[in-house]
Amino acid sequence: MDIDLIRSILTAVIFVAFIGIWVWAWGKGRKKDFERSAALPLEDDTVINNEREKL
Amino acid sequence: MNTAATYNDKVVRQFTIMVVVWGIVGMLVGVFIAAQLIWPALNFDLPFLSYARLRPLHTNAVIFAFGGSALIGTSYYVVQRTCHVRLAFQKLAAFTFWGWMAVIVLAAITLPLGITQSKEYAELEWPIDLLIAVVWVAYAIVFFGTIVKRRVKHIYVANWFYGAFIITIAVLHIFNNLAVPVTLTKSYTIYTGVVDAMVQWWYGHNAVGFFLTAGFLGMMYYFVPKQAGRPVYSYRLSVVHFWSLIAVYMWAGPHHLHYTSLPDWAQTLGMVFSIVLLAPSWGGMINGIMTLSGAWHKLRSDPILKFMIVSLSFYGMSTFEGPMMSIKTVNALSHYTDWTIGHVHSGALGWVAMMTIGTLYCLIPRLYNREGMYSTKLIDVHFWTSTIGVVLYAVALWVAGITQGLMWRAVNEDGTLTYSFVESLKATYPYYGLRLVGGLLFFSGMIIMAYNVWKTISDRKPVPVAVLDPA
Repeated sequence: MDIDLIRSILTAVIFVAFIGIWVWAWGKGRKKDFERSAALPLEDDTVINNEREKL
Repeated sequence: MNTAATYNDKVVRQFTIMVVVWGIVGMLVGVFIAAQLIWPALNFDLPFLSYARLRPLHTNAVIFAFGGSALIGTSYYVVQRTCHVRLAFQKLAAFTFWGWMAVIVLAAITLPLGITQSKEYAELEWPIDLLIAVVWVAYAIVFFGTIVKRRVKHIYVANWFYGAFIITIAVLHIFNNLAVPVTLTKSYTIYTGVVDAMVQWWYGHNAVGFFLTAGFLGMMYYFVPKQAGRPVYSYRLSVVHFWSLIAVYMWAGPHHLHYTSLPDWAQTLGMVFSIVLLAPSWGGMINGIMTLSGAWHKLRSDPILKFMIVSLSFYGMSTFEGPMMSIKTVNALSHYTDWTIGHVHSGALGWVAMMTIGTLYCLIPRLYNREGMYSTKLIDVHFWTSTIGVVLYAVALWVAGITQGLMWRAVNEDGTLTYSFVESLKATYPYYGLRLVGGLLFFSGMIIMAYNVWKTISDRKPVPVAVLDPA
């Protein structure tokens, strides 16, 4: 097979994959998982032994 | 106490403190060489104080010592918190800290001695390159080892960015530094001619794309929501942001080689990909800034958030400026002028340093079991010195760069050059002064930070933090 044909196919595959990522990310099934993930940075540490000292 | 039930914050604290130290060192060298451009006598006729040797010391110190410590330290913090596990391989993690510090010290010794591969941002000679490779692989094992043993199903988006940064830097570093050693302090690259140039800027631009962008986006995706107290604006957008950014960045390097002997199609390819990069870059910026939507009032009282939002604004500005400068016709004016240096600094000071500083002010009290920094007022003072410093710096070099570009290309009717080089140098002088003032302001902000950090932690004994059970 001609190298340029392989390159063209590869470009098309990557383009489809990119569209696929959009579809996947906006899919209905993702919403709950994403909400749970997005909440991860908001969790607070629990300090052992003593309470966090105030200023 | 069972240590598996606590986070390994010791290594995070070590890196975090060194971020402040290396920030001051690296920026001091920067201020010094900015002064040398105005008063060349400041090299005191000593070889190790010459501009050509100190300039790589400055870039290595701010990118790899200041930025690198910030990235490794925060990634260790973020990966533990978002995976709900203690860091994997404690001894290896400690090795990454001491190994990275050894690399920095070796750089600080060899660069002033003039020991260099002469590759921009990859100056360090082969024995140090080998050490970097070992430390980096250890870092990857610790980071991905922690992800493997995570107790939550999903891998938080910040870890994706940190992970891409770690893998890509390993690949870039190893391939760009392939060389034949001659002596302990001298080697020759295996690449020749234009291939060497292309490999170098494939490395150089992706060092910007993955070290100074993807890594710090990881930091942004954790610490902006943390400080704002709100989840990221759109998690879906962050997924698309990630994949489009890493897919496109890799191809933008040729824009550093416009109008060289690099084949024309490769230059154009680099230009096109650089312009496409605007989309993912701005997607990420909007995602970060809009995280504050509905809570804008917090900007009035929280200088840490101000650091982060101004940082994202500079990210937006420099990721607009970059694609614009990569257009061949614009590049014909801007390349080899001080505009490029202005562009780099609005990214490096405005985006990278200000995001790091905001993150550190958010992180340090948590690492030392305090509610907040010693002085919020001083954070605000730091914010204004930094912001005014970057703006002065960038504006000075915009004007200087465009002046240089226009003077260099001006021709008389008979085809001879209108200006000699030294005339353009003379025209640049006032702007070099303004740039020095901007740099000094930014540097003085780091001193204020060091004082604030010292007062925050000097009388503190850190306490262990329990690993949180997954929700």
